[in-house]
Amino acid sequence: MNQRAKSFAATLGSVLVTLFGLSVITFMIGRVMPVDPVLAAVGDNAPADVVAAARAAMGLDDPLVVQYWSYISNVLQGDLGQSVLTRNPVVSDIAHYFPATLEMATLALILATLLGVPAGIVAAVKRGSLTDQIIRVVCIAGHSVPVFVLALLGLLIFYVGLDLVPGPGRQGFIYDGMVPTVTGILLIDSLLAGDMGAFWDAAHHLALPVLILAYFSMAYITRMTRAFMLDALKGEFIISARAKGLSGWKVVMGHAFPNVAVQLITVLALTYAGLLEGAVITETVFAWPGLGQYLTTALMNGDMNPVVGTTLVIGAIYVGLNLLADILYRVFDPRVK
Amino acid sequence: MLADFRAWALDDLATSRRQAAWGRRYRIWLALKANPLAMIGMIIIGLCVILALLAPLLAPHDPAIQDLENRLARPTAEHLLGTDELGRDILSRLLYGGRITLGIVVAVVIMVAPVGLAVGTIAGYFGGWVDKTLMRITDVFLAFPRLILALAFVAALSPGVESAILAIALTAWPPYARIARAETLTVRNSEFIEAVAMTGASSWRIILRHVAPLCVPSLVVRVTLDMASIIITAASLGFLGMGAQPPSPEWGAMIATAKRFILDQWWVALSPCMAILLVSLAFNFLGDGLRDVLDPKQD
Repeated sequence: MNQRAKSFAATLGSVLVTLFGLSVITFMIGRVMPVDPVLAAVGDNAPADVVAAARAAMGLDDPLVVQYWSYISNVLQGDLGQSVLTRNPVVSDIAHYFPATLEMATLALILATLLGVPAGIVAAVKRGSLTDQIIRVVCIAGHSVPVFVLALLGLLIFYVGLDLVPGPGRQGFIYDGMVPTVTGILLIDSLLAGDMGAFWDAAHHLALPVLILAYFSMAYITRMTRAFMLDALKGEFIISARAKGLSGWKVVMGHAFPNVAVQLITVLALTYAGLLEGAVITETVFAWPGLGQYLTTALMNGDMNPVVGTTLVIGAIYVGLNLLADILYRVFDPRVK
Repeated sequence: MLADFRAWALDDLATSRRQAAWGRRYRIWLALKANPLAMIGMIIIGLCVILALLAPLLAPHDPAIQDLENRLARPTAEHLLGTDELGRDILSRLLYGGRITLGIVVAVVIMVAPVGLAVGTIAGYFGGWVDKTLMRITDVFLAFPRLILALAFVAALSPGVESAILAIALTAWPPYARIARAETLTVRNSEFIEAVAMTGASSWRIILRHVAPLCVPSLVVRVTLDMASIIITAASLGFLGMGAQPPSPEWGAMIATAKRFILDQWWVALSPCMAILLVSLAFNFLGDGLRDVLDPKQD
């Protein structure tokens, strides 16, 4: 127990150091901004003494350490500054836009797992066969194409060509604003409101972006499942199970896969984190009102507080998911004990 | 001539270092040649490099010349892939765009590989607090999603190709450092390093002359695998308006503009999409094949 507590404390310590590093990097990015915040505040033609006074008032004359201290104490109090564009605090903007991203990424993760894990298992069992090759090529193709290209091609085929899905956007305009926001996740909110029309509309709009993100992230899941399974299938307990006369798939699913499942938890957590990144780009193609859209709009306009804030939040989520993977691994893998 | 080389390279009893080295390279090549996907990838990359280098000779039109009367035209004999929103020839722009993409890849690799090699070998060789500090910094950079970090860097530096290269490089070095460190740890305590140290070689000389060269093969695989993701990141930055700026015929930027006409003039977006698809796929095929050959553990 003591040993476990110790190693967990070490993990937690390294997470804290990583978060500190994250805050330093985002602080530095916020410091080297292309738009001079002082001139932006007082105007280009302000006299020199006004500029100097504003500079001092904004704390930009203080030593970097002092500036970092005030930055980090604000962040820890949940203050990421204000957006010039939306005139809202960045924190409330992020809270507003995040559910749309979360909804898309979560559904994509579920779909990618449902497709990727079985594909990986089949590829491992039929190693070297044509099936294995096909799965491999399909996965490489999904992963090696920029997700915005996939998204555009998807729009071309399923929207322009086949007219199977609605175009960009999260809702049809007749449902826009009809469902009261509770969780921000439209599928849940529309069910809570009992509005099945809005539910199916939201699901219809989600279909293509989710499919594309799932395909994009499937490659990693499939590859890792295949690698873990190949490893597990080499084990002596597999040989002994086969020797006892168990059929092929019983051995695969009953004996090999449970050993792999634990390792897959880490993979899924990492995939989830990667999906956030994919979602940022997918959103710009689908005019999806999520965190990615918020970030890119801020980027285009040199609105640095949202850029730094969103980067910090996504980075923190990334670290958090890694920690979660680590914890789950410890909880579920008997060998770690 | 070739048969001689083959016999010489595959000789089990190599008599010189050079012969052994070429034997190893030739065996890698043979294994790679047996992998059809890797060969397809290599051929496509080769073709793309040639096309990009010869763009001024091959392009049927000047990529910058506008022809507003003939904008968003469908593919014709005159314009094989049609024209864009300013009437510029898309094929010519694609050819010139290939130069930008390949240039970015080369620039990033040249910046990143030595940095990763240096950080990794120094951390691995010295160990202790040097190792801890360097690896912590590496972990912090790895803790970020790469594209988001690159976006934030470019935003801070002001959009453009140079910033994009710098931003991609800043986000791409940590895996190289990790690999170089792992390789260094496996050789650090071996006898030949001890022997060199005993002859009085300095730590820096050992790292530079004896440790670093051993890390290179793993780094080469990583670089090949990474090229696809460098291309993707560069194109994504261009697509988001943070990389190469119009009128530059960078593929991502071309797609960003063409996105506006996707409902009616879909062919304008399709060809740069296919170009990116083809090139990044080719790099992935080759990288995958190389990994199978050089690092069978991964399979």
